[in-house]
Amino acid sequence: MSTPIIETRNLHKWYSGVHALKGVSLKIEKGQALGLVGDNGAGKSTLINILSGLHRQDEGEILLEGQEVDIRNPKDSMRLGIETIYQYNSMVPLMTISRNVFIGREPLKWSIGGFGILDEQKMREESVKAIADVDLHLRSPDALVGELSGGQRQGVAIARAMHFKSKVMILDEPTNHLSVKETAKVIGFVKGLKEQGVTSVFISHNMHHVFACCDRIVAMALGQIVLDKPVSETSIEEVSEKL
Amino acid sequence: MKRLFKLALQKPELASTLLLVLLIVFFQILSGAVFLSIDNVRGVMGLLPETALVAVGVTLLMICGEFDLSVGSVFALMPMTMAVLVVAGVPFWLAILLGLALCAFIGFINGWITIKFDIPSFITTLGMMFMARSMTVVVSGGFPPRIKPGQVPSWIFTGFVDDGGLIRASVIWFVAIAVLISLLLAKTNFGNWVRATGGFLPAAAAMGIPSGKVKIACFMICSVLAGFAGMIQSLRLNSFLPALGEGMELQAVAAAVIGGTSLMGGIGSIIGGLIGATLIRVIDNGMVMSQIDSNWFKFAIGALTIFAVVGNAWLRRRGRAMQVETDK
Repeated sequence: MSTPIIETRNLHKWYSGVHALKGVSLKIEKGQALGLVGDNGAGKSTLINILSGLHRQDEGEILLEGQEVDIRNPKDSMRLGIETIYQYNSMVPLMTISRNVFIGREPLKWSIGGFGILDEQKMREESVKAIADVDLHLRSPDALVGELSGGQRQGVAIARAMHFKSKVMILDEPTNHLSVKETAKVIGFVKGLKEQGVTSVFISHNMHHVFACCDRIVAMALGQIVLDKPVSETSIEEVSEKL
Repeated sequence: MKRLFKLALQKPELASTLLLVLLIVFFQILSGAVFLSIDNVRGVMGLLPETALVAVGVTLLMICGEFDLSVGSVFALMPMTMAVLVVAGVPFWLAILLGLALCAFIGFINGWITIKFDIPSFITTLGMMFMARSMTVVVSGGFPPRIKPGQVPSWIFTGFVDDGGLIRASVIWFVAIAVLISLLLAKTNFGNWVRATGGFLPAAAAMGIPSGKVKIACFMICSVLAGFAGMIQSLRLNSFLPALGEGMELQAVAAAVIGGTSLMGGIGSIIGGLIGATLIRVIDNGMVMSQIDSNWFKFAIGALTIFAVVGNAWLRRRGRAMQVETDK
């Protein structure tokens, strides 16, 4: 078996006295589409927030391609090639698409000590290309993200993650609050990731969405993994029983 | 054409610009053409850069999603500190530098406490407003320092630059700073972070923007600009008074809001803040020139603030609701 792209060993996390993660060990293989399911409070978001750098584990290790890594903030996580798409889609509604695509990673014409003049033309051109690459068609990179539909916003978020050549894409409840048609589109995006060799972790509490696009199901309850099977060997009924 | 109109409706500065033009015309007529006379314009142009500089800083900070009530006190503390130092024999430029450094420090404390203890900046800066005001009296020992006319090269900040005696150097300082801050906001990655931090904090944090540091930087810029503006006013009047700039904090907020800046953060522009500040000065001066009882000034500013916010919100809604073809 090849080295897993991400491996967690015995992760623990306490939130103000609550033991939210109780020793989670998980290996994610390269190119896999992993579905992470569980009820509210099961620990899925905690696990994801640790991988994306929003929180730090209290105990345990994270390995990326066999190397132990220390993820202290979102920047560290992104630098390691982990891109996270949140259910609230981590976009600023009052800013344009091209500015949102490059938030925190703006291309600069010149800079001193990390501050500098934005290369706006590059931002526009590359965001148009990034959006077209995920098969989304928007009229202009200068449109405000707040004017897009929920599905389009998730599309832009995915385009952003793809643009930065992520190795692992974490999608935290990306289908929440989306219409049926838009949900289908997002599931299509996730299927597309597999074709492009990107590993993905898809979090949802909608079993149908997970089963539609993942090849392995991991279920969590009360801070622990309670089921881990290839999608072909399990069923929605079996997973539901475990939760 | 329709799209242009839609864009114009969504620009919050639009309503206030229109209002500004209308008011100028109104006061010009009401005052019997005195309002736009050279002498009066000179007076307005003397005061405008000072209040507008404060508004620029407050606008930047509000776009970042925070608030500063201490600008009026800092406006007095900076020149007071500088004057005390000059009287004590410190060279003029060093005294300015130390004064501005003090402002930067106050801004840092405002920001650091707000971020570190996660409390509303309204409270932090309300406290700082009292503390800095008190400091102005403390540092001067209750006796305002006296700087003899000509003792310091104040012409660099307040001298007239044209032969007609219309434009002061302060106007140039102010325009240069306003352009610089506008460019900072529109053209740099820092500006992008400011808008993201004020626009939607969770997204900014998730994308790895150091939003705490960005906010602290904005607090510092805001304080430094307030202090710089206070210094210009004190040098123009050549008097250093502890009560300088009282009530200025709310006027600056009013200016920002009138110019379309949102109290919630993320929305606003420097030019909007400037228009707001100009409007306030025009109303103040126009009322005097038109011999309207000046006790109505604060009433007018208050009414205008409410009117501007309601008007801007309405215009933006109308603009957004307007149907235009969006797919090609």
